Amino acid sequence: MTLTQADIDREIAELHAVAPKSGHPLRDFAPYRSSVLRHPKQPLVPVKDPEAAELTGPVFGVTDVTPLDADLTRRHVGEPLGERITVEGRILDRDGRPVRGQLVEIWQANASGRYPHQRDDHPAPLDPNFTGVGRCLTDEEGRYKFTTIKPGPYPWRNHRNAWRPAHIHFSVFGTAFTQRLVTQMYFPGDPLFPYDPVLQSVTDPAARDRLVAAYDHDLSVPEWSLGYRWDIVLDGPAATWMEEGR
Amino acid sequence: MNRPTPSQTVGPFYGYALPFPGGEEIATGGITVHGHVYDGAGDPIPDALLEFWQADPSGSLKGAPGSLRRDPVTGRVVGRHGVDFTGFGRVPTDADGHWTLRTLVPGNGYISVCVFARGLLHHLFTRIYLRHDPFLDTLPAGRARTLLAAEERPGLYRFDIRLQGEGETVFLDFTS
Ligand SMILES: [Fe+3]
Repeated sequence: MTLTQADIDREIAELHAVAPKSGHPLRDFAPYRSSVLRHPKQPLVPVKDPEAAELTGPVFGVTDVTPLDADLTRRHVGEPLGERITVEGRILDRDGRPVRGQLVEIWQANASGRYPHQRDDHPAPLDPNFTGVGRCLTDEEGRYKFTTIKPGPYPWRNHRNAWRPAHIHFSVFGTAFTQRLVTQMYFPGDPLFPYDPVLQSVTDPAARDRLVAAYDHDLSVPEWSLGYRWDIVLDGPAATWMEEGR
Repeated sequence: MNRPTPSQTVGPFYGYALPFPGGEEIATGGITVHGHVYDGAGDPIPDALLEFWQADPSGSLKGAPGSLRRDPVTGRVVGRHGVDFTGFGRVPTDADGHWTLRTLVPGNGYISVCVFARGLLHHLFTRIYLRHDPFLDTLPAGRARTLLAAEERPGLYRFDIRLQGEGETVFLDFTS
């Protein structure tokens, strides 16, 4: 029996009706079929050790990135196809303090919704001028900035007619390993949001909204690119929180 | 208080973006830790990504930059020479769900692990203990062994990660 979008919509609605409004996705969210066998069933074990290694984390420096790494449109001889955009924002901890000098990595599909990955067999064209990988370090105000092209939505095989909304994958480090975050940035007004079990795995609608960038006309560059702003807030304690006795 | 940005799965296609040559080598001349990652059906997971963070042999958690180092002129990945201890490793599982890490024995006795995978909507933390530790005695009965690496021969440790089911690995929470 083929699983249809209507089946998935019904499952999502049922879970949203009963699940607590969580700020992070449920690890067990059956409409996203891959989650079924890949989430722990035992409760997580809390660690309260102020000496825990995880309250510190990896450090990065200028040798870990090159300035060109933040411009995904200049990694090949020619210009990539698609709508050129800049994405800018700040990385903050839960107290609003900037996360400085930390690594931000992004990856994304091209304008046609295709990844240059051997297992992506979506029959959309590869772009010889676009790989879709970038990285940078946050500045003194916790700011990151990338120049890229707007990724396309793409089909996947979670169910019949499953499409992912356009998104950019983000990997972010805080000052502690406990603040580690891998997430996805979405684009405002995407009609695919309600159909996507990955986005809908976040049961709190306000939290889902925090995954959507804002179009910012002041960030658009005349005759060049459209600007999007997306701030990221890292969860989890940092060592300084423990030092302050929280 | 700011509200945190939700996690989302790393997905299936991170492989051309996040792994880097030498990511499995925090340092040479020390120990090797290896294992598989399994799902709830006992099948190996070929698209998991593991990150490691640990103290150096003296117990220092300062780390060092350079774990993603590239040639500053060509931008080519030059990997690591195995001497500078950055404390950070990143290893994707292979087609058999297997991973290998080369590092030094951490002074505090454990290596921190962060697990990402397609199908895993929010990462999971666990720890590889290389020797017995009082922390293991605080864990629910029968589960401590999931955090204790088995020494297969001197310097070679085995540590399997089971995301679900029989022998499910203990995963840790630092937020509550
Ligand atoms: Fe994707």
